[in-house]
Amino acid sequence: MKFSVKVTLKKDVLDPQGKVVQQTLQNMGMHTLKNLRQGKYFEIEINENNESKAKSKIEDMCKKLLVNLIVEDFEISKI
Amino acid sequence: MNSSVIVFPGSNCDRDIAVALEKLQFQNKMVWHKDTSLPKSDLIVVPGGFSYGDYLRSGAIAAKSNILNEVIKAANDGCLVLGICNGFQVLTETGLLKGVLLRNKNLKFLGKDIFVKVVNTDNKFCNKYKKDQVLKFNIAHNEGNYFTSPDHLKELEDKNLIPFKYCDENGNINEENNPNGSLNNIAGIFNYKKNILGMMPHPERMIDQIISNNDGVNLFTSLLN
Repeated sequence: MKFSVKVTLKKDVLDPQGKVVQQTLQNMGMHTLKNLRQGKYFEIEINENNESKAKSKIEDMCKKLLVNLIVEDFEISKI
Repeated sequence: MNSSVIVFPGSNCDRDIAVALEKLQFQNKMVWHKDTSLPKSDLIVVPGGFSYGDYLRSGAIAAKSNILNEVIKAANDGCLVLGICNGFQVLTETGLLKGVLLRNKNLKFLGKDIFVKVVNTDNKFCNKYKKDQVLKFNIAHNEGNYFTSPDHLKELEDKNLIPFKYCDENGNINEENNPNGSLNNIAGIFNYKKNILGMMPHPERMIDQIISNNDGVNLFTSLLN
């Protein structure tokens, strides 16, 4: 079973990398660009048959290592 | 006093801190991250560097290494723990210290001498410094921008858990002299019991007048007090 995990900075946390990327795109002429935030993306394959069990294991991985919950949010989807 | 320096793949200030500790009369041992037990230690140092190439987040992988389980146990039993630079990042990732170190506000790697003010001396690490003394330390980091919740920040201030704040050479603490965007110019913090210190500047680089200055010496000799 395969899942994707999207990790993003919480909305109140400053994202200087995203700001620079946004600024660069705007400098390149993308004037309708309103806002850009940068994040991380993981693809995870897991040997489980039960989807909810698999999902809870991935959630555990997120909480224990992949995500710093102080500044980041995450979203798990089946792919 | 017995000290242990934890070494990860990618640590690069482990020898510097070992030289500093030995020069200042600590009996020091180097401990590899895969080890599962610690030598008898009064002080454990998590050194600076780029453990595991800063993969995932600075300090995140090192925080899950074998030896860190032992460091966490020892710290919870009251052992003195010092995390410098990447070591500070590792300690926040373990949860031994609250908060997180984000990318420097200006997105630049900072490698330079800066000034810090000794804001609190009532602790084991700073008792040989004078309150409000200004020290010249060196910083070398990409993620030193300390961030935490407003409640925890208030606690840090109210309970005197901040030993060092970035300042100018006259001791003025303001945004202009904040190299990395840290909340309240924080350069280092303690846990509640004040046995764990995490700091971004490198005191171990300031132990010899010939190559820098002696401003870091008192941090180590305070521990021997």
